[in-house]
Amino acid sequence: MERAAVLGRLTWLLAEVVEILPETPRVKSLVFSVPGWPGHRPGQHVDVRLTAEDGYQAQRSYSVAAPADGERVVLTVERLEDGEVSPFLVDELAVGDRIELRGPIGGYFVWDGADGGPLHLVAGGSGVVPLAAMLRHRAGLEQAGPAALLYSARAEGDLIYREELDRLADEDDALAVAYTLTREQPPDWTGYDRRIDGEMLSEVFGSPDPAATTFVCGPTRFVEVAADGLVGLGYEASRVRTERFGPSGR
Amino acid sequence: MESADLKLDGNAAGGELREIFGAEMTVVRATCAACGAVREMAELTVYAHAPGTVFRCASCDAVLVRIVRAESRVWLDPSGVSCLELLADA
Repeated sequence: MERAAVLGRLTWLLAEVVEILPETPRVKSLVFSVPGWPGHRPGQHVDVRLTAEDGYQAQRSYSVAAPADGERVVLTVERLEDGEVSPFLVDELAVGDRIELRGPIGGYFVWDGADGGPLHLVAGGSGVVPLAAMLRHRAGLEQAGPAALLYSARAEGDLIYREELDRLADEDDALAVAYTLTREQPPDWTGYDRRIDGEMLSEVFGSPDPAATTFVCGPTRFVEVAADGLVGLGYEASRVRTERFGPSGR
Repeated sequence: MESADLKLDGNAAGGELREIFGAEMTVVRATCAACGAVREMAELTVYAHAPGTVFRCASCDAVLVRIVRAESRVWLDPSGVSCLELLADA
C-alpha cells in the first residue's frame, strides 16, 4: 500500500533518548529524537509503549512538553510509586536507549494562539506539562494575547519548570504566573497556600472574558473542582477545556 | 486507589480511537442516545482500566461506547451514541 494511503493511521515510531533533564526529585524531562516524526501542536500527547523481553507490553499516554522542533520530542514524566511504566522511564531509561511512541494525538486540548484571545491555564501537579508547551509556544509568537497560569502543587520542590515559568513571566508583562502549595510552604512563601477555589480562580483570572479560552489539566478531582469553579464564576463551559490524567493504559 | 482516580476523559483514548478509525476522533461530537447531550469525544468520561475502554456521557453517565480487545481483534459497541458529527475535511 502507498504510504500516503495510511497517513491517518498511527504507526509506532522508534524514539531514541538524546538528553535527560532532571526537573524535580520525581520528575524528569526526556528528550527523544524520533525519525519520521510529523510534528505536533501545543497540548497534544503521545502514546508510549514498552515491550519486555518476554513480549509483555505496557502502554501509557504522556503530554508533549515543548513545541514542534523537527524530530525532537520532549516528554516530562513524573514517577508514580505504584506505576508500571513511569518508574522505568524516570529511573532506568538512559541516553541512547530506544522506546516506541506514536502520535501526535489530540485536537481538543490544543492551543496554537490563532484566535488571539486571552489564554487561561490551570495546572494540578504534572498537569502543567501540556500547559507549559502552550506557554513555550506562546513565547515564540510575534503577537500574543494575555495569558495567566495558576499552578497547584503539594510543595515548592514539586513545582516543575519553576525557574522557566518565573522567567517567562518576568520577561512578559502580559503573562501572569501564580502558584499555590497545598501541603507545605516555605517560610518566605508569598503565593497561595490552599487548594484551588472560586476566590483564587477569580483573583488570578479576573471576571469572565467571553474571548478567553481556558485549559485545565491535572488529576480528575482537581480538574473537576477547577472547571466547576470557573463555570460557577460565569465562564462558559464550552470554553473551559479539560484533560484528566491518571493511571490509564493497557 | 479510589474510583475517582480511575475516571479519565476522552483525551486519554485518543490514540486507541485513532488506531481504530484512522482519524483524530477526540474532536468528533457525539450525541448521547439517552439524554441527547452533544459533547466532543474528548469531554466524555472514560474508564480505561476495565478489560476494555468505556465511554460514558458527561451529562447523564449513560454508556456511549465500549471497546474490547482480544489478541488481534477489536470489538466496538457504539449503541449509546445516536449521532457522530465529524469535520468533513478531518
